[in-house]
Amino acid sequence: MLMATWIEYGVAFFLLIGSAFALVGSIGLHRFPDFFMRLHGPAKATTLGVGCVLIASMLYFSTKDEGLHVHELLITLFLMLSAPVSAYMLAKAAVQQQVKTFNRKD
Amino acid sequence: MLSVVIYISMFMFGISLLLNFYRLLRGPDAVDRILALDTLYINGLALLVVFGVLLNSRLFFEAALLIALFGFFSTVVLCKYLLRGDIIE
Amino acid sequence: MSRARWFAHPLGSFGLLMVWMLLVDDFSSVGHWLLGSFLAILIPRLTSTWWPSLPRIRSWKYLFVFIWHMLTDIIVANFQVARLAFKKIDDLQPRWVQVPCELEEDIAIFLLASAISLAPGTVAASVDRERSILTVHALHCEDEQALIAEIKRRYEQPLKEAFACSAL
Repeated sequence: MLMATWIEYGVAFFLLIGSAFALVGSIGLHRFPDFFMRLHGPAKATTLGVGCVLIASMLYFSTKDEGLHVHELLITLFLMLSAPVSAYMLAKAAVQQQVKTFNRKD
Repeated sequence: MLSVVIYISMFMFGISLLLNFYRLLRGPDAVDRILALDTLYINGLALLVVFGVLLNSRLFFEAALLIALFGFFSTVVLCKYLLRGDIIE
Repeated sequence: MSRARWFAHPLGSFGLLMVWMLLVDDFSSVGHWLLGSFLAILIPRLTSTWWPSLPRIRSWKYLFVFIWHMLTDIIVANFQVARLAFKKIDDLQPRWVQVPCELEEDIAIFLLASAISLAPGTVAASVDRERSILTVHALHCEDEQALIAEIKRRYEQPLKEAFACSAL
């Protein structure tokens, strides 16, 4: 019984951390003034945001039923492999399109 | 206790989706819109996984995996389209 | 038929088997282990013509050091960037940084660029193979040399050890 409560706390903790980081990433995407700064937002959302949510899901389903259920690892792995590639493609497209960059008021 | 936390986290993901959607509509350049779409599908995938935990169903895993696959491919294809310079002006 | 042809890519075969087992999400059934092993042997053999030549991994220890550095940096940098996201925008100093890269193998450069992009706050934007320079965009960078030194020490050094680069 005590075990189950602790696991519940763990699941809740990871869910909150994950959604908080996804939210911060989206706020960054909303606030930053130029494209290359906005590019840093999704990096947060993919790494810790989705990562923590998937860890929470793994923890929840592995302890709820019989046996280990870790197939969320596949999504984490795929996102970790694909996120740098899409960031690289986006940066290349932006350089080629010559998007406006933000100049600081000094 | 857990269901309250799940609702809070879904609320936060909902706000992130709205912010991304705002960027998608407003974003000055085409690249910004692609970036917004990229973030949008990642957040949507996470929301779906959280929803799966709430409904206690493992069926949502396949949907999340497919969203990850197709989202990545669409981002790459859209970038390729921009890079090839087929857009007028 | 020699043993080397049967297992064209032992690591690739192992990865395929693991992906199959994770997809069916059932580690207890013997049938899926058999089917997964069959596919894991068959697919690398059928596609071996199209595989690029992969470098040998010289030291597994340094590869794990690299992955450990990457994971810890992701967590630390996430908290740093979370603070930056709420700062006044005029306080941020976005900057382009040119990082000279001494790696030779494609896969090592891919891993280096991925690690840079995955850590929030830095994105690898272009790779120049001719001059071997990585162009990195940093969200907030006060000291250019410190960032370059950090990348070289934490990511490039373990990768160089792991992939046995001759350009040491």
